[in-house]
Amino acid sequence: MKICVLVKEVPDAAVEKRIDPSTGRMDRSGEKNLNPYDTHAIEAAMQIREGGSVQVDEIVAVTMGPESAVRALHKSVSLGADRSLHLTDPALAGSDVAATGYALSKALEKEQPDLVLLGQQSDDGECYTIGAVVADHLKMPSLTQVIKMDVDGGSLRCERQAEYGYDTVQVELPAVISVGDAINEPRYPSLKAIMGAKKKPLETVSTGEVGIESGLVGEEGSRVQCGDFHDPPAKAPGQIIEDEDTNETVEKIVAWLDERKLI
Amino acid sequence: MPDVLTYVLHFEGAFNKNSLGAVSEGAARAEEIGGQCHALVLGGDDLTDELCSSLGAYGATKVFRARGPEGLAQPVIDAMAKAIDDQGHGYALFGGGLLGFEIGAGLAARKQAGVTMEVTSVRAEDGKLVAERPILQDSQISVSRYRGDLGIIIGRINAFEVVSRDGGSAEVVDLDIEYSSWSTQASMVQRGEQRGADVDIEGADVLVAGGRGLGQAENFKLAEDLASAFGGNTAVAATRAVVDAGWYPYAAQIGQTGKTVAPKLYLAAGISGAIQHKVGMQSSENIVAINKDANAPIFEFSDLGIVGDLNKILPKLTEAIKDRKGS
Repeated sequence: MKICVLVKEVPDAAVEKRIDPSTGRMDRSGEKNLNPYDTHAIEAAMQIREGGSVQVDEIVAVTMGPESAVRALHKSVSLGADRSLHLTDPALAGSDVAATGYALSKALEKEQPDLVLLGQQSDDGECYTIGAVVADHLKMPSLTQVIKMDVDGGSLRCERQAEYGYDTVQVELPAVISVGDAINEPRYPSLKAIMGAKKKPLETVSTGEVGIESGLVGEEGSRVQCGDFHDPPAKAPGQIIEDEDTNETVEKIVAWLDERKLI
Repeated sequence: MPDVLTYVLHFEGAFNKNSLGAVSEGAARAEEIGGQCHALVLGGDDLTDELCSSLGAYGATKVFRARGPEGLAQPVIDAMAKAIDDQGHGYALFGGGLLGFEIGAGLAARKQAGVTMEVTSVRAEDGKLVAERPILQDSQISVSRYRGDLGIIIGRINAFEVVSRDGGSAEVVDLDIEYSSWSTQASMVQRGEQRGADVDIEGADVLVAGGRGLGQAENFKLAEDLASAFGGNTAVAATRAVVDAGWYPYAAQIGQTGKTVAPKLYLAAGISGAIQHKVGMQSSENIVAINKDANAPIFEFSDLGIVGDLNKILPKLTEAIKDRKGS
């Protein structure tokens, strides 16, 4: 079995995010990191490999993004991927969700995976949707927010929480599965793995090399335009208490509740 | 074309509230741009003529009914693509929730359409629909405009109000669907399984909610003790993360795929305040949050925030409330 894991570089959670007013796109400069949700997808791939019920020949980390995105690939390899594929091209800049999913699906077609895994959302764009876009282009069955996954011959038995409770779904391979963060506790990379990550094979491809039609990506190929960025209606900030003396803090909470007749 | 197509989810013969909100919203916005709102349902024999035509009461003029497996996104993508090919809808609108995201995104791929998710407001502008979406942890609003024949709008949960109209019965049209090969490669083994005890959090006046910050399942005792100190109509709720981890029953879950609550007092213990949680509780009258991380997003929408260790604060607060009640 060959598993491809889609990963993404996102601004570090500690860095304040903003929209660049001149381009209307997310300002992606500053400290970057591997999207924390993606580490669960890599871990899920590792657990399938280590579980032994199916032989995993290869785990490939795949990303789309500028040159700096190689750091997310190095991190992915340090967490267990065997090699990585980097789709990068200036023509891809400004792609919306649908265009990004299309471009990724073309890169994945080159790899012919049996299973595509990804995280439930990206830390920056807050999208839960890329897996469904990729799956439709690849003509594969798909499920998102999976919190339990067992390989069962040529299929997966997946569990997830949906609108009315927990659903159990049998999915035939090849498939695209996005995993929820409750599926596992990702391991930390070993120092040796971190040091060795840059030595693992990393292939870089451009749009033309994987057959991406240029009219379907980038700003021109995107069918939704975002703009008119503005502040939401202001909400009066709440009162904040730093707990230093807990007895005093509790007194203040009780007084606050009392004032509002909540006790 | 100015017509709007919505997807309406159902379970055990009842329609989903957020889907009905999408129909109401679709009908109101379609009228503004000179179109109609249609609904699509997909499932088995419980989709009777009577049930389907009742969507007219929310503003749908036509209901497309497809027979197929319920609870999975990809068959719905096939059915909606067919309806759009036949009728030329200009927009597809979803009320949020897990399936709405999956169907909307897959439909965008199928029809080469633009898609916006987490939409909180839709309006008409020059005969077209424009969608507003909060971004960057709700600190900014972004406005989406669509190019091409189809625009896809996926609402945030609870964004669209259910509005029933007088009369209104929709025409029911059966759609004959040839499902894609990949749409039939996933099959539902069990749908809507309830895990853990059945508890009622929707009717409570005071809710004490616990998140991952509680540290371990056993610490829900701290939340339960505090809730019982308040007495009366009080309950304990939980975030998705801790429900998925098996710390607390599914019936107590608030947020995106859980319940929506609006108690008089919502006391959040060890909850960071992710958007998926916020959408389920932000209408609460008073929000008090206890979290050790001063940067937790929940402090941005709480009325009283306490930065501190809940293991120290909760037991003392419980005692103080008991004393206050006793006096």
